[in-house]
Amino acid sequence: MDIPKFLCYVLVMAGVTYLIRMLPLAIFQKKIESRFVKSFLFYVPYAVLGAMTFPAILSSTSSVWSAIAGLAVAVALAMKEKGLLTVAMSACGTVFVAELILRFCLGQ
Amino acid sequence: MEQTPIVNSYTKGFRDGVPIALGYLSVSFTFGMMAVSLGLPVWGAVLISMTNLTSAGQFAGLSLIVSGAPMVEMALTQLIINLRYALMSLSLSQKLDKSVNTFERCLIAFGNTDEIFAVSSGQKGAVGKRYMAGLITAPYFGWALGTLIGAAASTILPASIRSALGIAIYGMFIAIIIPPAKHLKSVRIVLLFSVGLSCLFAWAPLLRSVSSGFVIIICTILAAAFGAKFFPIEEAE
Repeated sequence: MDIPKFLCYVLVMAGVTYLIRMLPLAIFQKKIESRFVKSFLFYVPYAVLGAMTFPAILSSTSSVWSAIAGLAVAVALAMKEKGLLTVAMSACGTVFVAELILRFCLGQ
Repeated sequence: MEQTPIVNSYTKGFRDGVPIALGYLSVSFTFGMMAVSLGLPVWGAVLISMTNLTSAGQFAGLSLIVSGAPMVEMALTQLIINLRYALMSLSLSQKLDKSVNTFERCLIAFGNTDEIFAVSSGQKGAVGKRYMAGLITAPYFGWALGTLIGAAASTILPASIRSALGIAIYGMFIAIIIPPAKHLKSVRIVLLFSVGLSCLFAWAPLLRSVSSGFVIIICTILAAAFGAKFFPIEEAE
């Protein structure tokens, strides 16, 4: 691995991420007035996490079927408003069991 | 003049941070594992976690590092994925007690993750620097430790466990996006818009060749702008 290039990537990642968090806290003292900008920022987390999760989640495990099973369980628990840890670990557990079943069926 | 007392106990902050740290362990574990399986050294994975402290940004950054993407794409991707922190920091700046000076604000900013922001803004009244420091402590070390364990264990873990943990980060994302989408129609629509667009970029011919970092940028800007235009949030918050 090219270590200087890697460190450069880390510097860019950390620098940009930190500036985004730091600038509004330290410098921007006035409240944003634009309703459009406020609304835009409000929707950003959902838009970004939605685009990152789908369809990437389908290829996050070794089989698309186990991923679908994990996704279904995660959505069901999230609908019940369970915590991050519960949802994430239940999805993992479901994938593990689904793949055991898949292997068992295919192995027969 | 009556005022709500400031929340400013390190111990209380630390206690509030423990559940966040536990949640981070599993996700950072996956990050460390994924980083090493993609060819990064263990120290590299831990370095990223200790300097970035952000889930989505790190995972996206990882794929850009591996594909040797240009630095500009890395900077833009981080900017877009982490743009939400600007809003959180803005909101947190109103929540912090007046006694917190600019230097301390700069330190607190580093630990302003989705979950830490959520917990601090849930406090009644203003929050002080000691509470914030306590709140950030456990999640920060949980994030670093999880990365280290995941990176070190990646080679000894059986493939079935590695495969199962691959979904952890997405499980966490789903836990963040579904509850608000359930309650607010506007969030639901923005989410579906973004997901639909992202799938289009993943599967449609031609669009498929756009790099993943830019797909996230495009989907986010279009979906959030669509939401801001057609479902502007209420002025009173």
